[in-house]
Amino acid sequence: MGQQGQMQSEPAPVSRRDLLSLIGAVSGSAAMYHAMTSLGFASDSAYKGPIRLEGDPKGASVLILGAGLAGMTAALELSRAGYNVQMLEFNSRAGGRNWTLRGGDSFTELGGDSQTCQFEPGLYINPGPWRIPYHHRAVLDYCKRLGVALEPFIQLNHNALLHTTRAFDGAPQRIRDIKTDFQGQIAELLAKATQQGQLDEAVSKEDREILMQALRSWGALDGDYAYKANLISADFRGYARAPGGGLDAGPIPGEPIDLADILKSQLWRYLQNFALHNFQSPMFQPVGGMDMIGKAFARQVGNLIRYEAKVTRIQQDDRGVSVTYTDLRAPGEPQQAKADWCICTIPLSILSQLPVDVGARMKAAIDAVPYSASVKIGLQFRRRFWEEDEAIYGGISYTDLPIRQIGYPNTGYNSAGRAVLLGAYLYEGANAYEFTSMPPAERVAKAVEFGATLHPQYPAEFENGVAVAWHRMPFALGCAGIWSDATRAEHYRDICQIDGRIVLAGEHVSYIPAWQEGAILSALDAITRLHERVVKT
Amino acid sequence: MQLNANFRRCVAVSALLLLLSLKAFAQNGREPGLSAGFRFAENSGEDLFASVCQGCHMSDGRGASGAGAYPSLAADRNLEASGYPVEVVVNGRRAMPPFGAMMSDDQVAAVVNYLRTHFDNAYQDSVTAEDVKLVRR
Repeated sequence: MGQQGQMQSEPAPVSRRDLLSLIGAVSGSAAMYHAMTSLGFASDSAYKGPIRLEGDPKGASVLILGAGLAGMTAALELSRAGYNVQMLEFNSRAGGRNWTLRGGDSFTELGGDSQTCQFEPGLYINPGPWRIPYHHRAVLDYCKRLGVALEPFIQLNHNALLHTTRAFDGAPQRIRDIKTDFQGQIAELLAKATQQGQLDEAVSKEDREILMQALRSWGALDGDYAYKANLISADFRGYARAPGGGLDAGPIPGEPIDLADILKSQLWRYLQNFALHNFQSPMFQPVGGMDMIGKAFARQVGNLIRYEAKVTRIQQDDRGVSVTYTDLRAPGEPQQAKADWCICTIPLSILSQLPVDVGARMKAAIDAVPYSASVKIGLQFRRRFWEEDEAIYGGISYTDLPIRQIGYPNTGYNSAGRAVLLGAYLYEGANAYEFTSMPPAERVAKAVEFGATLHPQYPAEFENGVAVAWHRMPFALGCAGIWSDATRAEHYRDICQIDGRIVLAGEHVSYIPAWQEGAILSALDAITRLHERVVKT
Repeated sequence: MQLNANFRRCVAVSALLLLLSLKAFAQNGREPGLSAGFRFAENSGEDLFASVCQGCHMSDGRGASGAGAYPSLAADRNLEASGYPVEVVVNGRRAMPPFGAMMSDDQVAAVVNYLRTHFDNAYQDSVTAEDVKLVRR
């Protein structure tokens, strides 16, 4: 029975993929894209699935500078496609900013201060990236292909805290109370405006009824469209006395926080941390630390990496690329590495200081991107008091204190013994620079001091900590590249070009700066275009 | 890495050492203040240097070197023409972030004047807030 006949006689079940190829064939790709997005495919990620580099590179060689996720993605895919790949890496480990600190790990920052992490075995902190959005499909796909196990990263914990020194006498509030009371009272206001006919022009008479139902449902309003202390709002925000079993077990609702107090407190500002596309649930983290990704890549391409190689010069002519580097294990005569092509993933904070044979437009782009300040501090405590005393299992508390965030471990819940939390995550703003300027021990001390405002258990339970200030990291000289609309317009296309035999990759060559997804997508795009050129010539 | 051994100081951050180092810190100098918002709250050139510039250029102003380097500002001929440091602080240079949005004209003038008269720099002419205003883009 032919397909056509079948379709004429009765509607056959058509798979989504069949339907899409049919739409594509009939109406062209724009219509297909529209159909795909409305069917819930395709719009969420620029990742197109595992890369296919078809055609013979005929033994072409590629020198990759930097063994972070961008460099190792390029190395993995190009070596599979038949290229002769070698890599140079400044650090004595692979991964770059994909990095995890565990007990016994030592590192020295610019200025000479060294820290040795003293965490108990099994505990760790991710000083760089720490969470993966569900729509970062390239990172997720490489995790899958390379066998990196994932677990949920809790971005929104309703029972974590929102804190400001400027309201509620400095007392931290539960996220669920602020979120529910804010939403409930906005719903009440809208319901009033609707009832008073103030929305008549905006909402049809028919929709007004539905809107009222929706506001009641969404805002936990009572039968009179009021948001107040009762068991309806308590179903959302929790109770003053929670329902129990047996005698005297009845629930008692809590008193909502006044809308005026929420507005003045500015705590509503933090709610977007649970709404933004990059922070929507679910998010993920690798089991055991973010560097499981870097280590998994290194299992594939580690044999191609020359470690502790400090690049000092990048030259090219029409025959090839020549990179000068110092072997930091045995400094002496500068060494040379040569190849037909070069993929350079060195952060622009460093690359902008090197003599690089590229055209004026590429050089201008390399020089156009400032690097952000960021500090992360890991703190080890004797016990999980945030779980034991406060029922905060994972997630993040936000504060306007300089530490900004407290990130609770999203693993090992309910276990006895020590645990490590993220005691500060500063990103840009004055405090990030001020913390960078402090010695490491003082950064840790400040994190403990400020954190005690949210959790008074801090001083009694604190044991040790590590502080990573990204401007002080010798391999990065900053957290990530900051593009503005103006620099994007002027330089972004230039920085993406293949300049002779050199192409750049990394988070700084993406529209997803400071995210691992940006690094991987930029590498995939760079090698796709490079491969096209190699196969053509 | 070519890090100056004099500055190499192993910081084993245990609770005990933490207390000791804090005590030592309190004895050795002022605690740099912490700002309450996006902009810097420090006003004197000395405080601004210790809270901002020091992050990369180090407490002695001599910079540091890793895969790349932070240039030394000590005995720095680039500071001779006062317009240059004003321009760099306000608008940034290469990977150095622009601080124009985080500092007032007075603050930029204060930190530039501090730099140009410390760390083996002894330039006598000073920069004013008016000079700073001119380079804001």
